[in-house]
Amino acid sequence: MTVTFLILAVLTVAGTAAAMGMRNAVHCVLALTVGFAGVAALYLQLGAQFVGLTQIMVYVGAVAILAVFAIMMTHNPAPTQPAAFSANWVAGTIVAAVVFVVLAWAIRSSTASAQPLPPEPAISVQDIGDALMHRFVLQLEIMGLLLTAALIGAVVIAMDRREEMK
Amino acid sequence: MIQAFDQIFVLAKHWLLGFVPAIAQPLCSAILSVIPVLIAFPLLFAITTWLERKGLGRIQNRYGPNRAGPYGLFQPIADAIKSLTKEDIIPVTADRMVHFLAPLLLASAAFLAYAVLPIGRNMVIVNLDAGVLFFFAVGSVVELSVFMAGWSSRSKYSLLGAMRAIAQMISYEVPLVLASVVVIMQAGSLSTVSIVNKQAGYTGIWPHWFVFTPWGLVGFVLFMIAATAESNRSPFDLPEGESEIIAGYYIEYSGFKFALFFLGEYLGMFATSGMAITLFLGGWSAPLSFLTWIPSYIWFFAKLVTLICGFIWIRGTLPRLRMDQLMNLAWQFILPMALINMLVAGIWHFMPSGVLRWLVCAAVAAAPCILLSFGLKKKKKFQVRTYRFAD
Repeated sequence: MTVTFLILAVLTVAGTAAAMGMRNAVHCVLALTVGFAGVAALYLQLGAQFVGLTQIMVYVGAVAILAVFAIMMTHNPAPTQPAAFSANWVAGTIVAAVVFVVLAWAIRSSTASAQPLPPEPAISVQDIGDALMHRFVLQLEIMGLLLTAALIGAVVIAMDRREEMK
Repeated sequence: MIQAFDQIFVLAKHWLLGFVPAIAQPLCSAILSVIPVLIAFPLLFAITTWLERKGLGRIQNRYGPNRAGPYGLFQPIADAIKSLTKEDIIPVTADRMVHFLAPLLLASAAFLAYAVLPIGRNMVIVNLDAGVLFFFAVGSVVELSVFMAGWSSRSKYSLLGAMRAIAQMISYEVPLVLASVVVIMQAGSLSTVSIVNKQAGYTGIWPHWFVFTPWGLVGFVLFMIAATAESNRSPFDLPEGESEIIAGYYIEYSGFKFALFFLGEYLGMFATSGMAITLFLGGWSAPLSFLTWIPSYIWFFAKLVTLICGFIWIRGTLPRLRMDQLMNLAWQFILPMALINMLVAGIWHFMPSGVLRWLVCAAVAAAPCILLSFGLKKKKKFQVRTYRFAD
């Protein structure tokens, strides 16, 4: 556990915690973005450049913007609501802590974690491209088809509404 | 001797590092790499503001700045002093924290993009394996800071400007990335350094730049159009639209924060131009084989200034687009052309080199371009404009 990891972990946890606790919805999204960036930095720290940079591009560049737009389109521009604390938050915390302890105990006592780690493979962006284009090309094509269908569906939904207005 | 001049900054850095104890060397090396970039590009920004105002003045048949110093050359310094001494006004209803953070995030994201730009031979801050991806990832952070600025000001003009800016940036990011994909396909790498190295070498006196191939030319033109839109410059300056929404998302900023937005915008423009140079114009390599004795960083900055002059020329020439025209251009023309260009690059890759490959690729690239422009033109009826109120 290096110092960099600790800083990034604190940043990620603080960002996501703030996203849950803040009152203003836009502040929540911005805090969540800090969490996304922290996760991306953790990927980069582990040497997974492609995943880390894609995480920034997709989550900070697209998902956060989408969330912000959704909030602005559906919401009053000056929202101040009571914080979303449930009445029985004590019980919730206890349940969460118990689940965490059980999971941590299960992981620590499993045989899989006792085995020595294999040497870390040096994966370049080119290897990822090769894998996508050779071994997983069918899956890639199916994903592409699915996303295209979703895109066309979104356009069709948007267009129908416009014709109704006429 | 020539080589020493070419590597003068690299040698100077190694010489300075010699004075530092070994423990501190990685940190000092990073700092010594970053400082020249932090000096050179803001300086270029200062020169560009002067050049832009002079150039626009010439195009519009007036003088431009001519009071501060010879030919108005000290105008950037006067501007800097002015913006530093102005009052920093924050609107009463503004979200103070976000309002303060937005210009900082914008400027730092703009600076981060320079980390992967090879400015000269052996002159890149980090040679990332996924350099081009890093560039676009950092570029997507700018959108968030634009939103922060527009939303936190609590002004309808800044919110409108931010909405326009984000819509425009998202629409043009797709063709920007797709236009650069052809280069990645050909170079087989995402690292900016190896992309530049792939364009090294000369046939006779002509360089092997990617722009001198059919797919490279189409890609370069599409990339530059998308880059103009990404950096919110005329004719795509709707987010600012002085005559309609005053200055868009940074209307509520004053003093040095306004200057930071200005700086961030220009730095973004330099960075995307620098990326265009890296991807299509051979990076720091000389345009003709007998000119290689001129140091590499001079070539990089010469190309950069040429592209900036092109931006200024376009700004002085073209009127602003309407929102629907902007979106139609992106989704109906640039995006299909970028996809077709990828096909052209594929054909180029698999055909044996020769004149035939050139002709086939040029035809495959040019035919859809012509068909698309005629097809899109047919839908619109061009006629003499009639005015309802001002006859």
